[in-house]
Amino acid sequence: MSEFEPKIVAFVCNWCTYAGADLTGTSRIKYASNVRVLRFPCTGRIDFMLLLKAFANGADGIIVSGCHPNDCHYTSGNFHARRRWIVFRSLLDFIGIDVRRIHFAWISAAEGAKWAEFVNTVTADIKKLGPNADYRRLLDAGIA
Amino acid sequence: MQELRNKVKELLSKGTVQTVIGYGEGTAGKVRPVFITDPGNTDSLIFDLRCKQNLAVYLLKPEVKQLGKAAVVAPLFTLKTILQLAAEFQLADGDIVIIGMDDEGKLIEFPDLAAVEAFVTRYDDLSAETKAELDRIEKMPLEERWQYWQKELSRCIKCYACRAACPLCYCTRCTVEINQPQWIAVPSHDLGNLEWHIMRAMHLAGRCINCGECARACPLDIPLNLLTQKLIREISLHFNQRAGIGSKAENTLSTFKPDDKENFIN
Repeated sequence: MSEFEPKIVAFVCNWCTYAGADLTGTSRIKYASNVRVLRFPCTGRIDFMLLLKAFANGADGIIVSGCHPNDCHYTSGNFHARRRWIVFRSLLDFIGIDVRRIHFAWISAAEGAKWAEFVNTVTADIKKLGPNADYRRLLDAGIA
Repeated sequence: MQELRNKVKELLSKGTVQTVIGYGEGTAGKVRPVFITDPGNTDSLIFDLRCKQNLAVYLLKPEVKQLGKAAVVAPLFTLKTILQLAAEFQLADGDIVIIGMDDEGKLIEFPDLAAVEAFVTRYDDLSAETKAELDRIEKMPLEERWQYWQKELSRCIKCYACRAACPLCYCTRCTVEINQPQWIAVPSHDLGNLEWHIMRAMHLAGRCINCGECARACPLDIPLNLLTQKLIREISLHFNQRAGIGSKAENTLSTFKPDDKENFIN
């Protein structure tokens, strides 16, 4: 049987991490191809429901990344996002969802190498966790 | 109780308010909300230990607003709700008359919201039993915790009674009714139920004042207020904030501090 290849969805902000991932590419750094990058105006725009939708659509892991604190294009979007993540992450953990499947990072437009390394680490971690079986069972049980 | 009835009679006959929202005797030993507009009808008002419904839920309803200025019978949790509604600009000082009730059923006069603030800050948000129950679930291994919630939430029939009973769920159009895109699946299967309860708790994060009305309204007895209680504890721990103690308080998720601490962002 072939090795499990996880599906990872990355929610990234337009101004820092997306540009950083672009730099990874133009620097010809190779990294795991398991990641699907979704570009958002700002991490502050990333509704927690979108992360649930990623799981509901078969993601095994999620990356959320944006500008470092004090670097936000809109001044404070990432600060708002950070609060939301702190609350959301503790709620998911409480309800029994494995928060090791959701990874958060600050990656700037200059950190192409950090992006590659981060994606590789996350991919290796999710591979170890295996497919998101709990959530898949929900999907199978669901009518939608 | 007579003190309460006299007060209501006075408010209505002087024309200070046009309607009073209070508790009345229902059927089968249950209490129901009553809306009194006639000073001669105050005898149907009661107040005892069964009066646990959070009547603040009616304050923002257009049908109730049509009745004119309202007074509301307000035990501790209703007082906190009123402060939270004021903090969210849904009520202003003087929009309603507050008939405060203490634990013994004695009337408390609140001339303004500042007086309410001084009163409610004396009380803790979470009881010792609640904290113990939260601890118990937190200590379960992850898989057991997942199974626990799957079992509880699988009973949910998506009647949204929790939403209807909650005085802070006042959006005129809820995300569950939005179908372009469909955020939450309509049928009550396990996925939709999980998403609904996560969303409900998140939308009340930093706002829930823990009146417990959602859990009391639930016809399937799902302990869904544990989710909001968990968030109350986390928010107090991380941001040192409490909902329902200030009429001008900041909302947790729409504010931030540059030095908010976390340990999971790379």
